[in-house]
Amino acid sequence: MTVLLILIPVSLGLGLLGLAAFFWSLKAAQYDDPEGQAQRILSDRYDDEPR
Amino acid sequence: MERAAPATCPACIPLPDWARSVGDSARVEAPLRRYEFALPGVHCAACMTTVEDALASLQGVAAARVNLTMKRVTLSAADIPGMEAVLIERLAAVGYAAQPLDSATLAATRVDAAGRDLLARIAVAGFAAMNVMLLSVSVWAGASDATRDLLHWVSALIAVPAVAFAGVPFFTSALSALRVRRLNMDVPISLAMILALAVSLAETMEGGEAAWFDAALTLAFFLLIGRYLDHRTRAAARSAAAELAALEVPMARRIGAQGVVETVALDAVRMGDMLAVAPGARIPVDGEVTIGHSELDTALLTGETRPAAVGPGSDVRAGTLNLSGALVMRATGVGEDTLLKQIMRLVDTAETARNRYTSLADAAARIYAPLVHVLALGALLAWGITTGDWRLAVNIAAAVLIITCPCALGLAVPAVLAAASGRLFRAGVLLKDGVALERLAAVDTVVFDKTGTLTLGDLRLAKPDALQGDARIVARGLAQASQHPLARALAAGLSGPIATLDDPQEVAGFGIEAQWQGQHVRLGRAEWVGAKPGEATATWLAIGKMPPIEIAFEDSPRPEVPAMLEALKARGLDLHLLSGDGAVPVANLAGQLGLTQWQAGATPAEKVDYLAALAAQGRKVLMVGDGLNDTAALAAAHVSISPANAADASRTSADMIIIGNDLGRIALAFDIAVQARRRILENFTIAAVYNLVSVPLALAGLATPLLAALAMSSSSIIVSANAMRLGWRK
Repeated sequence: MTVLLILIPVSLGLGLLGLAAFFWSLKAAQYDDPEGQAQRILSDRYDDEPR
Repeated sequence: MERAAPATCPACIPLPDWARSVGDSARVEAPLRRYEFALPGVHCAACMTTVEDALASLQGVAAARVNLTMKRVTLSAADIPGMEAVLIERLAAVGYAAQPLDSATLAATRVDAAGRDLLARIAVAGFAAMNVMLLSVSVWAGASDATRDLLHWVSALIAVPAVAFAGVPFFTSALSALRVRRLNMDVPISLAMILALAVSLAETMEGGEAAWFDAALTLAFFLLIGRYLDHRTRAAARSAAAELAALEVPMARRIGAQGVVETVALDAVRMGDMLAVAPGARIPVDGEVTIGHSELDTALLTGETRPAAVGPGSDVRAGTLNLSGALVMRATGVGEDTLLKQIMRLVDTAETARNRYTSLADAAARIYAPLVHVLALGALLAWGITTGDWRLAVNIAAAVLIITCPCALGLAVPAVLAAASGRLFRAGVLLKDGVALERLAAVDTVVFDKTGTLTLGDLRLAKPDALQGDARIVARGLAQASQHPLARALAAGLSGPIATLDDPQEVAGFGIEAQWQGQHVRLGRAEWVGAKPGEATATWLAIGKMPPIEIAFEDSPRPEVPAMLEALKARGLDLHLLSGDGAVPVANLAGQLGLTQWQAGATPAEKVDYLAALAAQGRKVLMVGDGLNDTAALAAAHVSISPANAADASRTSADMIIIGNDLGRIALAFDIAVQARRRILENFTIAAVYNLVSVPLALAGLATPLLAALAMSSSSIIVSANAMRLGWRK
């Protein structure tokens, strides 16, 4: 069961990585216009100001 | 549309047109300002590019960006007077009706700090819950002794800080409730989370079997989602309504000592100040006309469609619209004395009377919270006294609190309201408060205002074919030469040949006169052309010495109104018409629309009384109105709706606003409200059934962390899924 001593920190570390990524996306205002972002991909315009 | 050259990196694509215009307009001298408009019509990718391109091609616009979720466009453009009108016109030209939003109020709501805060807490709670759940699965799968203790300790290490962070919204709300010696839903929630952690920590130290770390975290996770949905529903609609409401900037044009006209804030106007009122402007304060003749449109204030003539010595009311001539007036009623302020006082009394409504969620919490505490305390005492094992008793009491904790209940209402308000938002109906939806579902009577609500609010020629021969061509000629609203309506309503007139002259406040084939012709007020004024809104035509001819106007109903009234009747609602206009036009419209219950000539106070009388009969009234004279009635009704083009004060006191000005949405809103209420009650039933099954198990000491995790998650998912059924149908 000593493998737990490695696996638990590894799994927690991966989870924390995901959490950090979420916080980054939250700070980068990626949840301000979810519908617009989804639609903009359909336009052939390059969106050089994504927010 | 410009195409990117093939096989280039995105950054190598030539700059789009709008980005180039950034460079150009940077050279424009005027400083840039941020403008925002509500665009109810945008719904697709093409809409976004159309709007952005259309705005960017304008001189002085630096950049424009559409937010599709909020259905608004933000742009920075030159801060010059009249820019807003240019932008609105441009948007209308490409097919989007725009409603300007007040940037000052927007600044406060732009960055949704509270929403982000909740999202961050949800993320932490979700992360912690997942990891602790994984560790718990090993415990449930049969980990024992040192391994189990290790898993428990790791869980504790994650859970304690996570709950301390994620639970803050509940703790603060519970504390503030307890401070005023009340119980709300957050008291049992906070107690359950804290007790679960404390008991689990104690058990972990003792090397015990059961720990509730995962339960405390999933509890926080699900309830925070409910909290976030609740926040979204409120914030989206309320901010939009507040921003719309803040539009009208109260300004007056004061004539100073040297005859210089200066624009001043309304607060700065004192009794006796001389004010200039241009044609097309609103009268800023109550007062008396000193110079000039004109006609006033009082529709907004009283609901009356017939313009009122004023001259030197006439009293004028704040809020009425000056139609034809420039006026100079002396302010006599300022501040507390104006009719507007009196209406506002009526609104205040009406609002305090209405605040007694208890929402379904509050009603549920009022029964639920004490029950939970009594059950937990009862379990603690019963087990402690009968077995003498207080450690077991505390464990069972904690289990009861966790099992009964209103996870499903916390989601039951917000999930439904979020789904319902989302659907309403897509249909162009802004909901200011979720509770309004519950109230709308209970409505059995609808009271409509006439002018501007059921009708378009602009006058049209009543019988275009009644005018024939010379009268027709002369009327057309005179009407075309005038800017008066009635003349414009007349010109728009007539077709065919037109008389060539000599020397047309507009006499402000009276009408227009000219020479035609050697005869003197006049179009204007009855007294001016030598006739006796009648009941209806009319203008008079005099040709030479012939008797004057009356040309009557009517306010035509909005095109969607008959179908909307039919739809409401089909739903068993009682329909009333309540107007401040004269008896003749009101009776005409009521007959035309098949409304049997109507009242004309109602003052704002009488409107409130009318609603109070209906309420005394036990009716739940929906008030639909737009004018200032409806403001108090809107606040007094059980629930109220305003079209977006209503007076600012009306939009503020109404519970819902129809953005597209399509009153047909009232029936849809009613349907959604009824459905939402049904879903809320269904969700309460689901939550109750879940409790009926699980609480006896907890009381009997049979609840395990595994059982709690399963029951809590499944009931929450069922409740949210049931709520989301509401959003599917488009």
